[in-house]
Amino acid sequence: MSATDTSFDRATDPYRVGHGREWLSAGAGRGYVHATGHGEGGPASKRVIVGYGFWIFLLSDIVMFSAFFAAHAVLQTATAGGPSGRELFNWWSIVLQTFLLLVSSFTCGLSAVATEARSQLWTQLALLVTGLLGVGFLALEGRDFAGMVLQGAGPDRSAFLSSLFAVVGLHGLHVSAGLLWLGTMMAQIFVKGFRADILRRMVCFNLFWHALDIIWVALFTIVYLIGLGR
Amino acid sequence: MFGKLTWQAIPWDQPIPLVAGSVVVLIVLAVLAWVVIKGYLPYLWREWITSVDHKRIGVMYTLLGAVMLLRGFIDAIMMRSQQAAAFRAAGYLPPEHYDQIFSAHGTIMIFFAAMPIVIGLMNFAVPLQLGVRDVAFPTLNSTSFWLTATGALLVNISLVIGEFARTGWLVYPPLSGLPYSPGVGVDYYLWALLISGVGTLMTGINFVTTILKIRAPGMSYLRMTIFCWTALAANLLIVAAFPILTATLAMLALDRYLDFHFFTNEAGGNMMMFINLIWAWGHPEVYILVLPAFGIFSEVISTFSGKPLFNYRSMVAATMFICLVSYMVWLHHFFTMGAGGNVNAFFGISTSIIAVGTGVKIYNWLFTMYGGRIRFATPMLWSMGFLVTFVIGGMTGVLLAVPPADFLLHNSLFLVAHFHNVIIGGVLFAAFAGITYWFPKAFGFKLDEGWGKIAFWLSLIGFYVVFMPLYVAGLLGMTRRLQHYDVAAWRPWVLVAGIGIIIMICAAACQVVQFVVSIRRRDELRDETGDPWDGRSLEWATASPPPPFNFAVLPDVRGEEPYWEIKRRAIETQQLSAEPKYEPIEMPRNSPTGFITAFFCTMTGFALIWHIWWMVGLGIVAAYAVFVWFAWRDVTEYSIPAEEVARFDRARRQAREQWLAQHAGQPA
Ligand code: HEM
Ligand SMILES: [Cu+2]
Repeated sequence: MSATDTSFDRATDPYRVGHGREWLSAGAGRGYVHATGHGEGGPASKRVIVGYGFWIFLLSDIVMFSAFFAAHAVLQTATAGGPSGRELFNWWSIVLQTFLLLVSSFTCGLSAVATEARSQLWTQLALLVTGLLGVGFLALEGRDFAGMVLQGAGPDRSAFLSSLFAVVGLHGLHVSAGLLWLGTMMAQIFVKGFRADILRRMVCFNLFWHALDIIWVALFTIVYLIGLGR
Repeated sequence: MFGKLTWQAIPWDQPIPLVAGSVVVLIVLAVLAWVVIKGYLPYLWREWITSVDHKRIGVMYTLLGAVMLLRGFIDAIMMRSQQAAAFRAAGYLPPEHYDQIFSAHGTIMIFFAAMPIVIGLMNFAVPLQLGVRDVAFPTLNSTSFWLTATGALLVNISLVIGEFARTGWLVYPPLSGLPYSPGVGVDYYLWALLISGVGTLMTGINFVTTILKIRAPGMSYLRMTIFCWTALAANLLIVAAFPILTATLAMLALDRYLDFHFFTNEAGGNMMMFINLIWAWGHPEVYILVLPAFGIFSEVISTFSGKPLFNYRSMVAATMFICLVSYMVWLHHFFTMGAGGNVNAFFGISTSIIAVGTGVKIYNWLFTMYGGRIRFATPMLWSMGFLVTFVIGGMTGVLLAVPPADFLLHNSLFLVAHFHNVIIGGVLFAAFAGITYWFPKAFGFKLDEGWGKIAFWLSLIGFYVVFMPLYVAGLLGMTRRLQHYDVAAWRPWVLVAGIGIIIMICAAACQVVQFVVSIRRRDELRDETGDPWDGRSLEWATASPPPPFNFAVLPDVRGEEPYWEIKRRAIETQQLSAEPKYEPIEMPRNSPTGFITAFFCTMTGFALIWHIWWMVGLGIVAAYAVFVWFAWRDVTEYSIPAEEVARFDRARRQAREQWLAQHAGQPA
């Protein structure tokens, strides 16, 4: 990961790994040393701070999802005489969606590799493919949703369907937001190049996109696999 | 064009809200006009509205909280006077209005008074105590504040345009569902909290990152002040709990807007799920409020006892213990749900166990005072008032935690007395202690001690006179949220509470007078040393008010009480440490992002409440545009030249040297 930080210079080692306190007691006020493990190393580098904060955000996002998952678990059988998951789910579409999303995670990873190699072309290409896969995923999901609504199995039909549309839709909203971010990111890399702050955002974007994958795995299991068994 | 919004939304036929609303609008307009005419607007914009300085943001949070505290207090006065009048009578507030008042009171007090003050004090003090220059994400911090302000604004708009929820402060369904609450009241509640909740969540992320990743060199975890520890615990709770609130309210919004069935009566909805979810946030929330309060008391008690905190490590352990266990007790808010004896027993026991952690803290504070040379300054008075009051509140809490007892006391005034006992005695007293304690740091002069002490004593007495009778009324079977009643046995207790509120009004007036008098006498009350209370932690090591960069040179921390040690060394050797080498300092630039985002969020929220769909779209597009615009900027920091840093620090050192000369030969 450290290779993504342009300010990291191995020769002079500005972080003074392992030298935290002695170095700082000389009075330099600029901080940005790595913590030595006892938390005495002074302020962490910007890259660490941004990455760490984003991790915390992702955790909070997962907490929000878990509330929706819990609601779905409670309401999964509350079909109120309406259709159940077994009657509604389009198995092939779900498999295809899973496939698209997983591959997009892979290409997203490639974009990180390309960024590390500072290749504008490959970064843009990998991001573009990631975005297209994401669009494909959303299109399939939208088609399934529309089909269900037309069948009279929209979220207003039963509590089960409400919670289904909510938790899957929330994930879809995240993917949509991710796509907006992705587009912005591509434009920024194009215009501003691999600047330190852009690189930090790239790290965050990658984290975000992979997190969506993890959530999808939970969705796949809890909503679809278990739902099919009901 | 304007959705559900028509002229009928303004309560022409209800004199009380109309007059109250008009007065508020007039005051706001007058203040705005005054600001514009005096030419303060550019200054406000530059130095405050767009400021990303954690100290400024902290002050604005606290101010917002204080104003909302007064607003909520007015609701409280109305409720107490209504009940005093409404014995076998209708009183002066019709039921549909009374219901809005108690709902608005709870909502405002928790979300827009207590939370902003607590977050404001954390904003102000945590980076200073950590010995650093700012929080992890300064612009995000400003955005958090403005989103909170958005929420407060929406709630207050409901006073004049439309109505507020009539459901209580936690909008339980099915009452809050569309069939039973068709008006916009619940929608005001939902969007105010959804928007401000995002702001609070971002604060949580910001402070967890700050405390764990940005501390002065040498500041290991076990050298942080207890206030920083409690802030860490509270912000961890925010990160883990506020998303649940957002999710829950989003579900209710889906029920109301898109005909979903999460909590409805029909189609398989499950309203007990709402109660579970909301309290899975709600109980951690009370600790989000009270843990930082414990932190403030720890700082104050140790400072004014002139001793290090007794058993610092057990204090840390108790804090983190409470942080964890506060997650496992939520069901005590609805023992009566009927989950069964075993479940109730589990939650009854886990609830009582929390009191153990709190007990540890109480003893630590007592032992800190024991043998100390106590100075009875205003912050210390609030802290001692807290010690006594909170013990009572904790004990009634443990009483409520016994399920069979709770079946009798649930939803009674006994419960109301309990939580006011802990929230006023804990959080509010801490807010006042913290404000008087850090005020000189923020503004360079102390608050007037005389008025502060009068305010304290009136508040303390007023509190007991209002709430002790409510315990009794609750034991006599009086339930909460009664617009009128006809049981003669309750009458005297309600009247005593009504007298108590008069004492509290006097207390509030004294607080206001305290500020006015102090500001007018600021030259006499000036503190030149930066250390008016003989403090022990790092915020007192810099000037009052601190410069934008807080410390000219990041302090080198070698113990639990870094500033105390620096001070001792200086007094012993009769000199300050050698002048450091000054370097230029990079600071984040101010940014209007937060304010503009909040502007569009207010617009979107208002449009959602009134179903003005084009405006919703506009607001969302604009918010995205702001985001891109912000992400696009190239220069994010500015540099403060070394000479300026040196100039500031030399002035500070000079003041310290004078102080040292006065203290020559004294033992520290
Ligand atoms: C010693 C620790 C505490 C215990 C054992 C405790 C116990 C309880 C119990 C069992 C209830 C539910 C009673 C019912 O609804 O019938 C309750 C309600 C409540 N408590 Fe506590 N509590 C404690 C501390 C606190 C603190 C520190 C705060 C806030 C700072 C607080 C705020 C509240 C609030 C706001 C409610 C109820 C609100 C409502 O129903 O609208 N409690 N407490
Ligand atoms: Cu609780």
